[in-house]
Amino acid sequence: MYPQEFLYTKEHEWIRVDEEVGTVGITDFAQKELGDVVFVELPKVGDHVTAGESFGTVESVKAVSELFAPVDGEVIGVNSKLQNSPEMLNADPHGEAWLIRIRLADRRDTEKLLSADEYEAYIAEKKSD
Amino acid sequence: MYSERDFLSVSAPVNLKRTALNRVHRGLGARMVEFGGWDMPVEYSGITHEHLAVRSAAGLFDVSHMGEIEVRGPEALALLQWVTSNDVARLKDFQAQYSALMDPRGSAVDDCLVHRFGPEHYFLCVNASNTDKDFAWIVRNNRFNAEARNVSVDYSQLALQGPKSMAIISRLARADLAGLRYYWFCHATCCGVEGLLARTGYTGEDGFEFYFPPSESEKVWNEFLEAGRADGLVPVGLGARNTLRLEAAYALYGHELDEETTLLEANLGWIVKLDKGDFLGREALLHQRERGLRKKLVGFELIDRGIARDGYEVRIGGRAVGRVTSGTHAPFLRKSIGLAFVPPEAAAVGREIDIDIRGKSARARQVPLPFYKRQH
Repeated sequence: MYPQEFLYTKEHEWIRVDEEVGTVGITDFAQKELGDVVFVELPKVGDHVTAGESFGTVESVKAVSELFAPVDGEVIGVNSKLQNSPEMLNADPHGEAWLIRIRLADRRDTEKLLSADEYEAYIAEKKSD
Repeated sequence: MYSERDFLSVSAPVNLKRTALNRVHRGLGARMVEFGGWDMPVEYSGITHEHLAVRSAAGLFDVSHMGEIEVRGPEALALLQWVTSNDVARLKDFQAQYSALMDPRGSAVDDCLVHRFGPEHYFLCVNASNTDKDFAWIVRNNRFNAEARNVSVDYSQLALQGPKSMAIISRLARADLAGLRYYWFCHATCCGVEGLLARTGYTGEDGFEFYFPPSESEKVWNEFLEAGRADGLVPVGLGARNTLRLEAAYALYGHELDEETTLLEANLGWIVKLDKGDFLGREALLHQRERGLRKKLVGFELIDRGIARDGYEVRIGGRAVGRVTSGTHAPFLRKSIGLAFVPPEAAAVGREIDIDIRGKSARARQVPLPFYKRQH
């Protein structure tokens, strides 16, 4: 159920890497935990993001959550559709509702990330807590 | 991504109280949350969906965690007049009023609904988180020929709210519904269970609250849902209960009301009847009316993008002047709204204030209350 071509973080972001460009989003697990998303705050094109640090926020009716960058890089694209239709994040978190595109500073940063199988095992463990 | 601040926190239900419908909620797949010591459903199908259903059709809430306190005796009226802010003598048999249990400083121990059966028989519906405190307070201040009893365990309570609620309750209740006006109640048998049906609610819509003995709660809940299915009735949790009451600008104890806030400061002067005779806090309120309030509750909506949350700081001209008491993205109005305390001289519809949203300043404008008023 989690795309094999994505890599994942323990903070529930995914990244799809094509050459040195990565597309970043949040996982289906994350959007379920959040509930109805009503607001998304994203960086601007040209901003720098740092692995493990916050690059924006996503808000549901009842909670505010930070978005953490999976890798270092420069923002080269931002999904502007989310400004007017934040609910897309609930509907299609792995597709239409990608958050940002970045140019990776170092492709080797992805080695620390989880595979789809590792991520699925990780959340299965969380659910049984 | 993690929840920096989850406004309705989740915890394991080890020592939590459960209503008689706990199994039903879990069976419906509700996301559960701890609220005031109870294990309660926060949402079933999603807060937005549930909120919109109540505004357009109807929603069913399990509010059995609320408390019920019975007051009886030759001086029941005198006791209630002493401990509450509103004028209980105005009530006719089977009428209810919104009121507050008072403290000598003019603040609320709790807000509540007072219902009158007869001159010597009343019952109060109080907040779940304050039930024991409220009962102890009434007992402590009872120097009258009257008796108060905490009968909360004897009642389950369902709220049916929304424009379709009259049509739905008509199929369920054996009662004179045609004569039941808003803020009145009656004895009613619903689904074969005898109880009290009140035309009251906390959503800003027309609606009913049914108080009944807990033994057949599941049957009553299921029959309500079935009777309303074709009208679009859905179960609704505490998440939407909060966004609904906030759009209607109703107070939530612990936010707009607490022991450091007087009723005048919380915009509840309308439930304070200073002329009814002496009562707890009357002197403090008279005094405050003369000297001036320390703060005033206002409603606002954001001009800049963002959502103001409970507890965020309010600034004017760069100076911190108050706090947001309740804030959210309003699902029906589709804007960010909130209630906040500001200095009385800064309270004015149309005037701008700034909200500190996690380090960034967002402009907001004071607006008239309520944010939402039903047209039907």
